[in-house]
Amino acid sequence: MTAPVPLDEVPLDAVPLDAVPLDGAPLDPPPPVELLSVEKRFANGVLGLEPTTLRVKPGEFITIIGPSGCGKSTLLKLASGLAEPSDGRVWWWRGPFARVGEKTRRLAFVFQDPTLMPWASVAANVRLPLDIGHVDPTEADDRVAAVLAELGLSDRATQRPRQLSGGMRMRTSIARALVTDPDLLLMDEPFGALDELSRNRLDERLLQLSAERGLTTMFVTHSIYEAAFLSTRVIVMAANPGRIYAEHTIDAPHPRGEAFRLSPAFADHARELTRLLTAASLDTRGNQP
Amino acid sequence: MTTLLHNRDLLPVVAPIAIGAIILGGWQVTCTVLAVPDYLFPAPSSIWHALCGNWPTLFHALLGTLKVTLMAFAIAVITGTLIALLFAQSRLIEISLLPYAIMLQVTPIVAIAPLIIIMIDDTFISLVLCAAAVAIFPIISNTTIGLKAVDPGLLAYFRMARASRWQQLVRLRIPSAVPFFLAGLRIASGLSLIGAVVAEFVAGTGGHSSGLAYEILQAGFQLDMPRMFAALALITFAGVAMALAMAGLSRLALTWHGTGGDDQ
Repeated sequence: MTAPVPLDEVPLDAVPLDAVPLDGAPLDPPPPVELLSVEKRFANGVLGLEPTTLRVKPGEFITIIGPSGCGKSTLLKLASGLAEPSDGRVWWWRGPFARVGEKTRRLAFVFQDPTLMPWASVAANVRLPLDIGHVDPTEADDRVAAVLAELGLSDRATQRPRQLSGGMRMRTSIARALVTDPDLLLMDEPFGALDELSRNRLDERLLQLSAERGLTTMFVTHSIYEAAFLSTRVIVMAANPGRIYAEHTIDAPHPRGEAFRLSPAFADHARELTRLLTAASLDTRGNQP
Repeated sequence: MTTLLHNRDLLPVVAPIAIGAIILGGWQVTCTVLAVPDYLFPAPSSIWHALCGNWPTLFHALLGTLKVTLMAFAIAVITGTLIALLFAQSRLIEISLLPYAIMLQVTPIVAIAPLIIIMIDDTFISLVLCAAAVAIFPIISNTTIGLKAVDPGLLAYFRMARASRWQQLVRLRIPSAVPFFLAGLRIASGLSLIGAVVAEFVAGTGGHSSGLAYEILQAGFQLDMPRMFAALALITFAGVAMALAMAGLSRLALTWHGTGGDDQ
């Protein structure tokens, strides 16, 4: 086995990546997503994200926190293929984006807003990705029914999104993501608009679902407490320019529940995250042109 | 009285009827007291008599106008929607054709109508074409805007789910455009009646008899003011009926669409 290769020295175009055990990371199972010195410069020349490397291991629950404008959402969009990096590479399961969607390489994204079709019922909204993917109608019916039951939405199946509460809309949006049976779930502040209790409840449900389904999750949030509760690893980002400032590992066993939220360990993690976030928000270098 | 004023269902019906009754009553009284001759300004009672006395002719004319209006409306809706779908498919098609749609819109129909009526032998077809030319623009512009006014979040979702262009059109753009299309429909229904009447006037001046506008022209030549007013009243009622039908249709459609009706 070769020694770990510093990323800067890897000619990204020349070497087939599955031949290079970058910093010795195991190749099997391959990391669901790897950001390799990705940089994002916006059309107006502003550097949204300076060259950043982040490897997400299978089964991890990674939460990204940071002050506004630090590139949290940009990072997540790059990881989802919704945005293209200006420089660097993104790999999914050590492959290009074109192979995402194959078996055991499915990716789902949950937006900040529920982004539901107002003219379609809850069931039709959840079924959408299966319809787009031409899944057999009978199988689609079964999968939609199962995922609605999983998220406690069975009795709402025929209702329209506007007839639901904010929390139920978000659950519908999550059901639409889970119905595709994803391996990698990316969520951009999904519960930001909800009240604290609904948010806590959905956080717990999300952890149960991740554990049951063996999901790898990347989650953007504004809430330190949500980050401390959910994550195996928290990425703290800083702004001007957007970059990863620190990482914090949370080793409490999954699945976690109310007991963890009330434990001293949770308070310690929250305190440490607060410290890191405060330090990150003070650490600005000024935006390089 | 207080209960009626607070009745949200009845008030919108009763209040306008009351105003109408007051105006008609005042009109009738003024005409009778001042003894205004019918050929200057007819009283409502004279108009009513003219309407009843000329009913077979006026009704036939009303049917003629309605036939032109509805035919033009249908053509405008179908053609306008197809053009909007075409515009939504390609930016090139849109920027190439939009100026001509606007030219059609800004040229007064009174100016084009004589040309169309001379060029096309069949009066009915020429009238329908004129009215459709007036009514088509709101359908094109509203539907085009609607097809593009897609929730950006949903569009991002569809792209990420790798929906084909066709799937995006059928599952996202067309449903999103429904409220805009309905608004266009309501404007177009009024415009198709206006277009039909204007075209009938032009045709009538040229001697092609057709519809209520021709009845108004004839009544004008004969100084038969009550009959003129009766024909005018029929046009108004036809317009109101179409507006009500469109309002009902769009309420039904919006309830289905999930953007109208009651919240939780």
